Amino acid sequence: MVVDAPLVGVLALQGGYAAHTRVLDGLGARVREVRVPADLAGLDGLVIPGGESTTMSLGIDREGMAEPLRALASSGTPLLGTCAGLIVLDRAHLGVMDIQARRNAFGRQVRSFEADLRFADLEGGPVHAVFIRAPWIAAHGPGVEVLAEVDGHPVAARQGHVLVLSFHPELGDDHRLHERFLEDVRAAAR
Amino acid sequence: MTMRDESTFRVKAGLAEMLKGGVIMDVVDADQARVAEDAGAAAVMALERVPSDIRRDGGVARMSDPAMVKAVQQAVTIPVMAKARIGHFVEAQVLAALEVDFIDESEVLTPADEAHHIDKWAFKVPFVCGATSLGEALRRIGEGAAMIRSKGEAGTGDVVEAVRHMRVIRGEIRRLGTLEDAEVATAAKALQAPLELVRAVARDGKLPVPLFSAGGIATPADAALMMQLGAESVFVGSGIFKSEDPVRMAAAVVEATTHCHDPERVAAACEGLGAAMASLEARKLEPAQVLADRGW
Repeated sequence: MVVDAPLVGVLALQGGYAAHTRVLDGLGARVREVRVPADLAGLDGLVIPGGESTTMSLGIDREGMAEPLRALASSGTPLLGTCAGLIVLDRAHLGVMDIQARRNAFGRQVRSFEADLRFADLEGGPVHAVFIRAPWIAAHGPGVEVLAEVDGHPVAARQGHVLVLSFHPELGDDHRLHERFLEDVRAAAR
Repeated sequence: MTMRDESTFRVKAGLAEMLKGGVIMDVVDADQARVAEDAGAAAVMALERVPSDIRRDGGVARMSDPAMVKAVQQAVTIPVMAKARIGHFVEAQVLAALEVDFIDESEVLTPADEAHHIDKWAFKVPFVCGATSLGEALRRIGEGAAMIRSKGEAGTGDVVEAVRHMRVIRGEIRRLGTLEDAEVATAAKALQAPLELVRAVARDGKLPVPLFSAGGIATPADAALMMQLGAESVFVGSGIFKSEDPVRMAAAVVEATTHCHDPERVAAACEGLGAAMASLEARKLEPAQVLADRGW
């Protein structure tokens, strides 16, 4: 571990936080699991993982974490939201990102799937993406850049320093999206 | 059209991965399902009778009425699981046709086959199975299970068997990590488990799928205990809706599971909950009443 490795938080109220922690740790970041507002202090970046968005939203309310999370986002700290994390960041929840998520948009678990996605400005070919009871972006504002789609539905997007993905890059072997997030984190920390 | 590979093993085990750090609650109707969801359950298990009632009523315990499962599916947006009898692949086909999110091939129901478990590879829906030991867990994974739960003794409210099974499984995993390659093959024979899976556990120090805990968890402290012992999530059956105040108990178990390493938070969760479920001491059960022995 290098001394100036960025400190990345992973929201660990419920869900796929362990897999994100494993990937980020493997890429040389320092990782902190976040369960209370005090855990947000000093973070260079934050991941909101997949899981159940209802469960996570209730946890955010119980811990009094909604305002601290909004403050972290408005301070310019890079955020990565995957699957439920995309939902938690949308207009109807934390309102950090100008998107409207549609939950379980592809259907129940039997409709969960893997697919190769063409990704805007990402070198090295398509991303192999794992979609689990995944949402898509049903509507978005003009400040949102769509990065990938499945059959015309946006499943990856960026707005400033916030990156959201409908799928689970932490479950695959292709870590380019985590690397790209860490580049943002390092740039913002400078 | 984007080419899609549906229902791969990665997608099945991936849903189990997303249920980590959470609580899966038994519910018998749509109202209970809504209470569970509002309390922060990560998923619900839809079944007509919770295990403590199955014990009380006796008789053959079967898959639930599809109408009940559908009502629960319509009531909540979190994943809905349902139970099939061990070896009863037609009950599993029915639950798959209902598009439940997970099927529990469960010893809580009366087994339909005393030699064979369901061939879980044949299904698009992921399966969870119970285990009391590492060999049993790996046999189930070999049959296609995408999640393992330690069995405990369902419907007792006594956590002792859940602790025993979790310690056995985790202890056997640690022991495999100390063996040489040649010894791993012998260990696989002793475990009666597929060699490739035993090799993977010896290499990785963990099961190839998430390991949750079930059977006898009745309080927030029980849930935190199982999490600290290595469970990645907990199933709570009779413990929620057979307690005095299910709404508070449900929220308290969720909070204690998230903050299992923080004794002050677990203490706060335990405060003023009223009576836990009526309980049975697991070691005083007659042999025929022991559910954990079902499974082969």
